[in-house]
Amino acid sequence: MSAASFPAPGARFVRLAETGRPAVRLSIDGQAVTAMQGDTLLVAVLSHQRSLRRSEFGDGARAGFCLMGACQDCWVWTESGQRLRACSTPAAEGMAVRTTPPASHWPVTPDLQMVQGREL
Amino acid sequence: MSGPRVIVVGTGPAGVRAAQALVEAGVRPIVVDEGNRAGGQVYRRQPEGFKRDYATLYGSEAAKAQALHRDFDALRDRIDYRGDTLAWNVSAQQLHTVHPASGETHDIDFDALIVCAGATDRLMPVTGWNQAGCYSLGASQIALKAQACAIGSRVVFMGSGPLLYLVASQYVKAGAKVEAVLDTSPAMPPLAALRGLLSRPQLLWRGLQLQAMLKRAGVALLKGITPVRIDSTPEQGVTGVTVRDARGRTRLFAADAVGLGWHLRAESQLADLARCEFEFEPLSRQWLPRIDEDGRSSTAGVYLAGDGVRILGADGAEAAGRLAALAALHDLQQGSERYQAEQGPLRATLATMDRFRQGLLLAFPWPHQQAAALPDEAVVCRCEAVSAGELRRCVRELGSQEVNRAKAFSRVGMGRCQGRFCGHGAAEVIAAEARIPIASVGRIRGQAPVKPIMMSTQEVAQ
Repeated sequence: MSAASFPAPGARFVRLAETGRPAVRLSIDGQAVTAMQGDTLLVAVLSHQRSLRRSEFGDGARAGFCLMGACQDCWVWTESGQRLRACSTPAAEGMAVRTTPPASHWPVTPDLQMVQGREL
Repeated sequence: MSGPRVIVVGTGPAGVRAAQALVEAGVRPIVVDEGNRAGGQVYRRQPEGFKRDYATLYGSEAAKAQALHRDFDALRDRIDYRGDTLAWNVSAQQLHTVHPASGETHDIDFDALIVCAGATDRLMPVTGWNQAGCYSLGASQIALKAQACAIGSRVVFMGSGPLLYLVASQYVKAGAKVEAVLDTSPAMPPLAALRGLLSRPQLLWRGLQLQAMLKRAGVALLKGITPVRIDSTPEQGVTGVTVRDARGRTRLFAADAVGLGWHLRAESQLADLARCEFEFEPLSRQWLPRIDEDGRSSTAGVYLAGDGVRILGADGAEAAGRLAALAALHDLQQGSERYQAEQGPLRATLATMDRFRQGLLLAFPWPHQQAAALPDEAVVCRCEAVSAGELRRCVRELGSQEVNRAKAFSRVGMGRCQGRFCGHGAAEVIAAEARIPIASVGRIRGQAPVKPIMMSTQEVAQ
């Protein structure tokens, strides 16, 4: 299976070179997608869609801003609710990410696990 | 281990040259790198498995990038390298680090700390800059350099400074569609700017060549523009950029992505936490840590080098990193011969770079007047969508004439980026609304942790 070397419909980022890399498969909000080895999570998502998440403050969709780990605009979540900074996280085979934080519960971050462990 | 305990934070041009000078003197420094491959943002390496060569990636700077990477790789066995590690706080003679992936923390005692934390883009808010598809100029370049991507299929670059033309030309060369380059600086720089720019004639020439290349490629190149807004729809994000040109006509450029930036701003939070004194620099209208000619801060044992303290660019950072390390070695009585031999030439190099920097700032000024003209509904703080109107209300009704006070009332600068991208624009909005000099508005104080870390992170006694 080879990764697409043209922009997918609705994609934000456009691949200009290095398109011969092996594919990695991951899921975004439950949808199976293909990215390339060496992609950051941010590029993996934005080569399929136009945004990464919605602003918690009601001003619309966000797609990252600084790409160097300084602005924290590109947070996404794992299925278990762990927060990832998409611009500095490599996309890996089998990864499953969500562009919205889990709605029904607080994200199970290590700090929450610790608190829960103490209360048991 | 005997010998002085020296820590270098950062592995860009300044950090690598500092570490190298320490190793040459027989010191084994701890080197803290937030990334894991060294090079900094300017000479950022592409991931394993990418095949573009140095000339493609770094253009005229290929040899310097290659030398920096090679020299760092040769140091690896002679330094205590801590990759993927965030230096998140400094207390008295101690640096606090965390390895976010594992949660492992360290409190590291030091005799000398050399902070080479680099810079980010300096941003002035523009109406609509919070919409999906707006990126910094640095981000636009990282997308290309580190990921071989363009930020969109039709890109506009807007701002001012050398990076504006460099990134635009790199996009054109790589085959991206650049709709326009929109510069807020006037077409004719003042004479004083030329004097500074002529101190590095090759760089001036290269800048002119980049502009000529963009024109030949058919890219619309406008100078003296005033940003009006970044147009967008909820579904698409960015759809275009509206500006007023130098003759006052409204111009619209269709685009699905915008790269924005006005020079760089120093990542000076660690210096702040180390209680280094700051001073106001009128030319760039910002507060920067005060250092002596060799990089000593006002805090004993803390040295600052590279774009994290003075924006001199990569060449300047290499010289400043080496000089700061030599000064630290001298102060630690680890040998003064190299310091005495190289101090003169390194200082002279830095002085030339600083003349050039001043020329750049005069030719491509920070457009502070845009802050006063920003409509009330424009978002100043992207993190929490706080508008210019809300910030102005805090100035008018609550008397917030100092930026940290305004932050407390309005939340501008309190979000995830901790004021990195709104701080300078917000200060200008406050100064304009309160009709006071920008220097008296102050600067957003650095707070630990300098970037978000897990609440479970605990300091562990070593």
